[in-house]
Amino acid sequence: MAEKPSSAEEVAEVVRAHARISAVGGRTKPALVGEGKELGLSGLTGITDYKASEYTFTARAGTTIREVEEVLKAKRQYLPFDPLFAESGATLGGTVASGACGPGRFRFGGLRDFFIGVQFVDGAGELVRSGGKVVKNAAGFDLPKFLVGSMGRFGVMTELSFKVFPAPFETVNLSVICPDHVSAVERLAEVASSRWEADALEYDPSGKTILLRLGGPGEALDQICEEIEGRWPGEVEQFKGTTGWRDLREARWAQGAFLVKVPITLSRVSRLADWVDGCAGAVRCWCSSGGNVAWLSFGRNELNAVDEVLRGHSMAGVTLRGSDPNGPWLGERRESAILGAVKKALDPGNRFPEI
Amino acid sequence: MIESLRALLPGDRVLTRDVHLAAYESDGLTAFRTKPRAVVLPETGEEVIKVVRWCHQHGVPFVARGSGTSLSGGSLPVEEGIVIALNRLNRILEVDPVDRVAVVEPGVINLDVSRAAEQYGLHFAPDPSSQTICTIGGNVAFNSGGAHCLKYGMTANHVLGMKAVLATGEVAEFGGRSREQVGPDFVGLFCGSEGLFGVGVEFILRLLPEAECFHTVLAGYRSLEEAGDAVAAVIDSGLLPGALEIMDALAIEAAEAAVSCGYPAGAEAVLIVELEGPVEKVAAERVKLDEILEKTHSFEKRVAADSMERMTIWKGRKSAFSAVGRLSPDFIVQDGVVPRTRLGEALRRIGEMSEETGFRVANVFHAGDGNLHPLILYDGRMEGSLEGAEALAGRILEMCVEMGGSITGEHGVGMEKRDYLPGMFSDYDIEVMKRVRAAFDPKEVANPGKMFPGSEAPSLSRSGLHPLEEAGVISRE
Repeated sequence: MAEKPSSAEEVAEVVRAHARISAVGGRTKPALVGEGKELGLSGLTGITDYKASEYTFTARAGTTIREVEEVLKAKRQYLPFDPLFAESGATLGGTVASGACGPGRFRFGGLRDFFIGVQFVDGAGELVRSGGKVVKNAAGFDLPKFLVGSMGRFGVMTELSFKVFPAPFETVNLSVICPDHVSAVERLAEVASSRWEADALEYDPSGKTILLRLGGPGEALDQICEEIEGRWPGEVEQFKGTTGWRDLREARWAQGAFLVKVPITLSRVSRLADWVDGCAGAVRCWCSSGGNVAWLSFGRNELNAVDEVLRGHSMAGVTLRGSDPNGPWLGERRESAILGAVKKALDPGNRFPEI
Repeated sequence: MIESLRALLPGDRVLTRDVHLAAYESDGLTAFRTKPRAVVLPETGEEVIKVVRWCHQHGVPFVARGSGTSLSGGSLPVEEGIVIALNRLNRILEVDPVDRVAVVEPGVINLDVSRAAEQYGLHFAPDPSSQTICTIGGNVAFNSGGAHCLKYGMTANHVLGMKAVLATGEVAEFGGRSREQVGPDFVGLFCGSEGLFGVGVEFILRLLPEAECFHTVLAGYRSLEEAGDAVAAVIDSGLLPGALEIMDALAIEAAEAAVSCGYPAGAEAVLIVELEGPVEKVAAERVKLDEILEKTHSFEKRVAADSMERMTIWKGRKSAFSAVGRLSPDFIVQDGVVPRTRLGEALRRIGEMSEETGFRVANVFHAGDGNLHPLILYDGRMEGSLEGAEALAGRILEMCVEMGGSITGEHGVGMEKRDYLPGMFSDYDIEVMKRVRAAFDPKEVANPGKMFPGSEAPSLSRSGLHPLEEAGVISRE
């Protein structure tokens, strides 16, 4: 049997040979890996189909985001949701399984909005296809969406199809310094509902700074920037280059052992930011995608406190980095019979890690 | 047994008389009709939950239904079952301008969400052509599309959370108000499940800012192929239009007769391209668009000068479907998808099949995403005509699959296309889908007979347009 499977059939064979098994891609989000035999997908790589005019591509699960982005860039296209950890070696499969998106998620949507088709090995060790390879498709159940954020608990993805978009002609970056979290939230809400069409809208609570990225024809961006600068005089600055955005996509601000994704809404951002301020540096926070995701970074000692705060606010989180013996889920968990029933339907032998 | 339903709802909201049931026996796929045993009219989510639990307990099949505009027969009743009509659950519970979400009940009409959000400069992006009458519950169940899917996605992309009663009677909450979530995406799975999992009683919808301005261009071409080439040129330019639509000569003729939309005379095809966004962006992008269209072979080009002219351009496009009813007593509309680069080939082959079989076919399609809408004209009063039209429709679907596309872009599989599902998926793929369905509905009481092949079909009977279609209220798209 192949130690390093290089085809979907070989992956299926390895799955069938192990009672407990967990897929591993680029190890950029180690908390995804569960108990059992580690099934490395670094041999299952390559873009199998890409026609720029179709706005779609299909690639094997172990293909790195970096490779995909380079190929798309040559045709002036991109994955608008800014997948995380590209430079660190993240793969397509791990990206979907973790459900983690970067700043670009704000404008056109996240993984769930661009992941259109999948082939995976289910818990019976059989190959299954769902979704399709065209940008529009309503046939059959949408298992691709279901697998987004599923942490590899239902199957091992072997091939994935995505929708892509043309890259903006040009981009401009702005930072907006805010007096406090409450006014930052007001400004985030204003930008989010404005005519300006920001591509990315981030908030760094530690510096009370909003970051904005605008995309489009250069001459139009200049005029829109001018208007935004006039809206908050003296508090808006343009910054050049893509380094800042790349650093964000690698979560370089996050120095703690744990990195946790917490879905949130804009109206709750200032309360969370206040709590983080009270932690005196032990917990760091970054608010992404117009206040829809709070990323938390902290050390092991803070794990229980974070878990409790999330529960207290009926919020849930998922750990991408950092090892917790209780599994990757933090905060509130909804008990439902259907979760177990679907797990059993896709993984009847319970080969993959517990959900 | 039906009598025991009356213990759950007041008697006047459990309909069993033939005259009442008749209104529910068909949906937008008018060729099929089945009379249910009863129709219930719940007014609250709690009542829906009680009814679904009753169905699960007694093993009675149910079909949830909104306005009944499904084009794939998705809300066609089951003979031994009941219909749960959700039109009275039509409350918009909340519109939140900060989180940019709307919380609505399933019977809320699609366009009413945007109307409620308008005061905040927001809107609900999915816009199926029947949006003035179709309901959110049905949009979710069938993952409805519309003219803006390339840029904004389908209904599933705009549903963030939901509360549903599953066919097991379990009440579950999935997702939430955030645009992101953790754990498997049950909301995404529920969207497009065609009513086979249960009934959504509350939905949290994503709202987007309204575009500041639009730039709408109508271009006339001497051939479909030239219009198709223009689409390819726009796509390859790096522009991302909000809409890219094409109509062929027969569709133009019908629209012209119906609404006098004034499309270029003698056009074999018209292309509608619409840019949208901030004025500065649209101003810069229209220059690029003009350059591109200049190089194509359009013999006439019109730009909407104001919102009235924009509406006139769209009026022709949006009326095309009901307008085709003027050309023929009956028609079937399909919604197969082909890779966009093969649109020209697909249209040529549809033309050949039309000639070969003698059925006229009008084409209106979402060219930006390869979503065809061939309208196959037939006369239901003639022996064998419907069967012949259906056979042609089937060949078109097979062609879509063969080209690497899909049997349905936005109408769903429903009753109509269930026999074609195995063309897209292997036996095992379908078995896995059935296992997932069994997790939600082990007794197969939720909308049985849809999506999966092999169930007994109800009788084909009706001829002529749907009454609402005749009235110009809905259209088949």
